[in-house]
Amino acid sequence: MTDIIDRPNLPDSAPARREPISTGSEWTFELIQQYDDEIAKCAEEFGLETYPNQIEVISAEQMMDAYSSVGMPVGYHHWSFGKQFLNTSKGYQRGQMGLAYEIVINSNPCIAYLMEENTLPMQALVIAHACYGHNSFFKGNYLFRTWTDASAIIDYLVFARNYVAECEERHGVEAVEEILDSCHALMNYGVDRYKRPAPISAAEERRRQKDREEYLQRQLNDLWRTIPRPDETDEDKARRKQRYPSEPQENILYFIEKNAPLLETWQREIIRIVRKLGQYFYPQRQTQAMNEGWASFWHYTLLHRMYEKGLVTDGFMLEFLQSHTAVVYQPPFNSPWYSGINPYTLGFNIFSDLRRMCENPTDEDREWFPDIAGGDWLETVHFAMRNFKDESFIQQFLSPKVMRDMKFFAIENDDQEEFYRVTAIHDDPGYRPLREKLARQYNLSYREPNIQVWNVDVRGDRSLTLRHIPEDRVPLGGEDAEEVLRHVHRLWGFDVHLESVDEGTVVDEYHCPPWDADDY
Amino acid sequence: MGMTHIVDRRLNGKNKSAVNRERFLRRYRQHIKKAVADAVQRRSITDIERGESVSIPSRDIHEPTFHHGQGGKREVVHPGNQEFVAGDEIPKPEGGGGDGSGSGQASPDGEGMDEFAFQITQDEFLDFLFDDLELPNLARKKLKDTEAFTYHRSGFTTQGVPAKLDVVRSLRGAHARRLGLGGARRKKIRELEEQLAALKSAPGDLDPAFSHVDQIEALEAEIARLKANVRRIPFIDEIDLRYRQHIRKPKPATSAVMFCLMDVSGSMTQTHKDIGKRFFILLYLFLKKNYKKIDVVFIRHHTSAKEVDEEEFFYSRETGGTIVSSALKLMHKIIESRYSPDEWNIYAAQASDGDNWNDDSPICGKILAERIIPLVQYYAYVEITPQDHQMLWYEYEKIMERFPQSFAMQQIADPGEIYPVFRQLFERKAA
Repeated sequence: MTDIIDRPNLPDSAPARREPISTGSEWTFELIQQYDDEIAKCAEEFGLETYPNQIEVISAEQMMDAYSSVGMPVGYHHWSFGKQFLNTSKGYQRGQMGLAYEIVINSNPCIAYLMEENTLPMQALVIAHACYGHNSFFKGNYLFRTWTDASAIIDYLVFARNYVAECEERHGVEAVEEILDSCHALMNYGVDRYKRPAPISAAEERRRQKDREEYLQRQLNDLWRTIPRPDETDEDKARRKQRYPSEPQENILYFIEKNAPLLETWQREIIRIVRKLGQYFYPQRQTQAMNEGWASFWHYTLLHRMYEKGLVTDGFMLEFLQSHTAVVYQPPFNSPWYSGINPYTLGFNIFSDLRRMCENPTDEDREWFPDIAGGDWLETVHFAMRNFKDESFIQQFLSPKVMRDMKFFAIENDDQEEFYRVTAIHDDPGYRPLREKLARQYNLSYREPNIQVWNVDVRGDRSLTLRHIPEDRVPLGGEDAEEVLRHVHRLWGFDVHLESVDEGTVVDEYHCPPWDADDY
Repeated sequence: MGMTHIVDRRLNGKNKSAVNRERFLRRYRQHIKKAVADAVQRRSITDIERGESVSIPSRDIHEPTFHHGQGGKREVVHPGNQEFVAGDEIPKPEGGGGDGSGSGQASPDGEGMDEFAFQITQDEFLDFLFDDLELPNLARKKLKDTEAFTYHRSGFTTQGVPAKLDVVRSLRGAHARRLGLGGARRKKIRELEEQLAALKSAPGDLDPAFSHVDQIEALEAEIARLKANVRRIPFIDEIDLRYRQHIRKPKPATSAVMFCLMDVSGSMTQTHKDIGKRFFILLYLFLKKNYKKIDVVFIRHHTSAKEVDEEEFFYSRETGGTIVSSALKLMHKIIESRYSPDEWNIYAAQASDGDNWNDDSPICGKILAERIIPLVQYYAYVEITPQDHQMLWYEYEKIMERFPQSFAMQQIADPGEIYPVFRQLFERKAA
């Protein structure tokens, strides 16, 4: 692929200077079109592959609407989105927070919302960032390719909304709301982390709804048959003595959808819908730094390319750079504005550093990244974008230079000690452990408690037992755990237990309905 | 290239979240209702031109998920190191468990972080207040709205009823007509009279051939004829008559008058009156939502009734016995003099502790049934007492049986019951 990529940003390939597209800061639809045309040309020079773009200009109020439906252009109705909306509009009206300049939807065509309040340079930045940065990431990154189907999502969302609305009509808003509440509580536990899921398809969902209903019922009957059949074989007997499921299941929603004894078909379908949406958002949760870093890297690179071509003015670049600097600003840990690592900064720094290592490698780069140093930067950043998620991306590409630039350090908080301990900093002995720790920080299974379906008492009280495996003795957030367990109980219909098991010992347990002290 | 599609969505509705917002309000209606109820007690009767700030404890709207708790061993990477080196130990803060995620922090605007605060609009405020409420007959009255008219003067007309005859106009017309019709003849009469006078004053000529006698006779005859003619012109004719003209303009029934009747006799304590006040406020708010203009008439009574202002109504004290019918009579008088039922939607709310002179209660029933109920949209009675009913209650029960659509009554014992009572009184009646 390197052969067909033009080499822009090199002195000998700079085209002749042209007149800038515009000089004012007011945008018009014609200007947006012109800027998009030129940005598209630059993106093509760099080999960015994208879905077709659909740019939608919206007002601030509409942006708040888009915000509160977690960026889904179509969504089923739920009170939590209303809460989000009230929160957003309150913050916005009091001037406590600005709105995002853009929202972009992983769909084909790729929908990007632009706010009408933006100035022209901002619109150009947003187009480069969303329509070419995020868009190419959606199209190229393996997680998105594996887990989502951009061309089907809008259809699926419409299907989901209609289905939920239909259920509300038949069974009442509150009955549906209850199921949705419970599903939302478990949304992050509705994904198979390792198995490749079937892609989302509304048509397929509709077609298979009927079949699924019959099949499920048969399966359920099999599972819950408690009276031994006369023709029961030894094999059957043995099977009934085994734990069920025989292997722990990490996809709790899936397990409930397929096995909960009392749920009605429409309830199972709603679980399925929430599960599928969880699956749709799963790649985004795992590629925050990469996705934002990639988009930032490209708005920066594409607009500089525009400047080289003479298509934008100095004034344009000044405004653009000011916005860019704000976006990738990382407050230090002791700043009042610090709220964790800024994913834009981290991602942008790593991608920029990859380019630097290719173009201006140092001895350190040659030692740490022999395959990259002095290589082809375009090929390198594309490779990184396609084949990694945050965790592995950091593990693979975070260089000592970026660690030094960002002055990273790791601090350990052990509840058995009286001190916080600094375990690694940006120095020679620290680079590798620091990089490992930072990578782990982006590992979803480290960020979220490891909870799996452990057993169902198929022959007894039909209770469901979940098992939590703590890491480094970190317990579950207790109050929330109890509440989520109530939601599990609502879905499962029989007693639900959750036990924390650390190296074979039960260290904590939750029950719904709660156990009285007398029961012990 | 060329693949981009640019759409202007700004004109699409901005209220995509309206349903979700409504769902949120519905889910937390208990919280919101409480905030609204508190506000009603706090506010004065006319102070409803605004929404209300509602706070909900964060834990009530929290969406739970499985997450890590405090404890164990956690390692976090931070940016911006200044002087740390590996192995540094930093003492933990006293008594603090660690990450500083303490609860109950105050925010700059005074709202606790543990509260989820948001504004409901005035409309939502009122909607929550009235929820499903609707006055009986209201829909019917609304349909009848165009049957209310006002009359506007619009000049004069030649036809009409005697009561609307405009005498001055009519006589002025008659005068003009008489002048018009008689003028030429009077002029002729004057000329002929002058000739006659000249002839009569001339020296007599004995020659019969030259005598003026014939001429004089002829002139006198002509004058008499003309004078008779003039006399026959009518002093006033039908065509002179002018009537004042009024045209009917349909008038939307946008006005309501609310009568607040309260017993202020010695048996009514301030607590009773406060309960009554809240009851009146709620009715006022409801009318405010449905009518553009609302008059409020306060009638207080013990043994005699008096129209008073709001302040006196709620806060002055009297002693002595109770004659409820005095208030009803006064109300009827005020309706007759000031609030024609053609133009006003009349509502009445009466609060009492149920005390009345027993002889008076049947009179109350009679006045209500015959003179008041037929004029009003709705009459609501609350008896503020935890005790057994007296005569008045049983009289009113008969009224309720006769006029279930326009009369309602209820017993309440403490302030906490006001809102439910209000609901019950004005509960939507199936059409």
